[in-house]
Amino acid sequence: MRDLVIIGGGPAGMSAAIAAYESGIRDILILERDENLGGILQQCIHNGFGLHKFGEELTGPEYAWKYEAKVKELGIECKLNTMVLDVSEDKVITATNTEDGLFQIEAKSVILAMGCRERSKGALNIAGSRPAGIYSAGTAQKFVNMKGYLPGKNVVILGSGDIGLIMARRMTLEGAKVHAVCELMPYSGGLARNIEQCLNDFGIPLKLSHTIVKIHGKDRVEGVTIAKVDENRRPIKESEEYIACDTILFSVGLIPENELSKAAKVDLSNITSGAVVDQDRQTSVEGVFSCGNVLHVHDLVDYVSDEAEIAGKAAAEYIKGNQGESVLIPITTDGKIRYTVPQRITKSKDVAVYFRVSNIYKNVTVTVSDGNNVIFSKKRVKVAPGEMESVTLKKEIFENAKELHFALEEM
Amino acid sequence: MERKLTCIICPLGCDLTVQVEDKKVLDVQGHTCPRGKKYAESECTNPQRTITSTVKCNDGSLVSVKTDKPIPKEKMIECMEAINNAVATLPVSIGDVIIEDVFGSNIVATQNKK
Repeated sequence: MRDLVIIGGGPAGMSAAIAAYESGIRDILILERDENLGGILQQCIHNGFGLHKFGEELTGPEYAWKYEAKVKELGIECKLNTMVLDVSEDKVITATNTEDGLFQIEAKSVILAMGCRERSKGALNIAGSRPAGIYSAGTAQKFVNMKGYLPGKNVVILGSGDIGLIMARRMTLEGAKVHAVCELMPYSGGLARNIEQCLNDFGIPLKLSHTIVKIHGKDRVEGVTIAKVDENRRPIKESEEYIACDTILFSVGLIPENELSKAAKVDLSNITSGAVVDQDRQTSVEGVFSCGNVLHVHDLVDYVSDEAEIAGKAAAEYIKGNQGESVLIPITTDGKIRYTVPQRITKSKDVAVYFRVSNIYKNVTVTVSDGNNVIFSKKRVKVAPGEMESVTLKKEIFENAKELHFALEEM
Repeated sequence: MERKLTCIICPLGCDLTVQVEDKKVLDVQGHTCPRGKKYAESECTNPQRTITSTVKCNDGSLVSVKTDKPIPKEKMIECMEAINNAVATLPVSIGDVIIEDVFGSNIVATQNKK
């Protein structure tokens, strides 16, 4: 029996492990399927990480190293090249690697920190055959930044998520010509700073309300037909345009990787595709916690680290048997606010609630009501789906609440 | 002349409005912190960018690198040429200088490699 097993050695898993250690737990094991710690940060060689957490602008590998060095210094045990196959409801983990073979570990507490994966082209139903030259943006990132291969010379990118924008710049710097970034929605899903420094700096057009309707080429991509879409996101035939290219990158969203959460019978949200959690990031299964991009997709790794610290500390308290008084206050949303994390409060303490909105809204007030009265409000000049928001609620204001309802009021 | 910018200093991405005459910044609006104001001034007079990339190692693998200070924006492609012509000798630690003085900045490793 181990005290704490953490599945995933990326930013979430490492941060959770350090927080649990600092809360007094010594018997900690991190299971990581890659040959190194660091997760996806290893291939995110661009800068912009750590401003919030460390007050300096770091690249992905530098940010990861801050945590990896600490994990090593504390002597936290890690098994690399280890694939977890199953987690049961009673916290028995089945995993495999070449040294130990197939093995099982029972844990008092489990932290799920598996991260997310990219939505693939297959999920999109685009006409055409299956030529070479089609990659997800993250795969292209791995080829360019870790293997030293440039996947193509003339590129069209579908989707304006941050990885797509970062790869537009990266491939341009390495000598490719990025002809366009097409975005189905009328707004970008990426950060405004990335549109500025990754597209505008290089004169790469961002075509909003556009999609790829056909991929041309049999053995290798030869071009794409793009089209403007109407308000129902249906392509407008008359607006079709052909762009010759040899490579297409898809940056069309990330999906939390929750196969193991499902195996552990953890309740999942159909909005975030991650677990439903309380303020401690504890799931519906007692002693099983979830944090980072497996819980909901974050736009900043700094927030992943913060969230994982919450989970790590809470798992430590759970292992020590410190449960405290419990309440049950569900958090609901009005739809303009698409989701919150956590989705419920089970302990009476100050809580930071993170949320995402469903559209771009300007001059709004975020309100929180307890079922009867508005107990908290905050004005925002602009909110966008690509940028996660948060509010901190003091425990005094929601002590007697039956629920907490989050709404967005336009002024 | 009025220029509209998006601040790239932090993920907030503030919309900035800058009044510029003859490469002189007269007024900045829309920033939420002093760094935003500084960015607007620099962007309208001497725009600069940090470059991140990879350098080949002597064993054929790659090590990630960055400019340790921002370089003039119009020198980005020339900076990439210098980076792509360099070879790093292993082992390399975070912060090691791989190439000295490229447009006033050093190219430093952002990764440890044995």
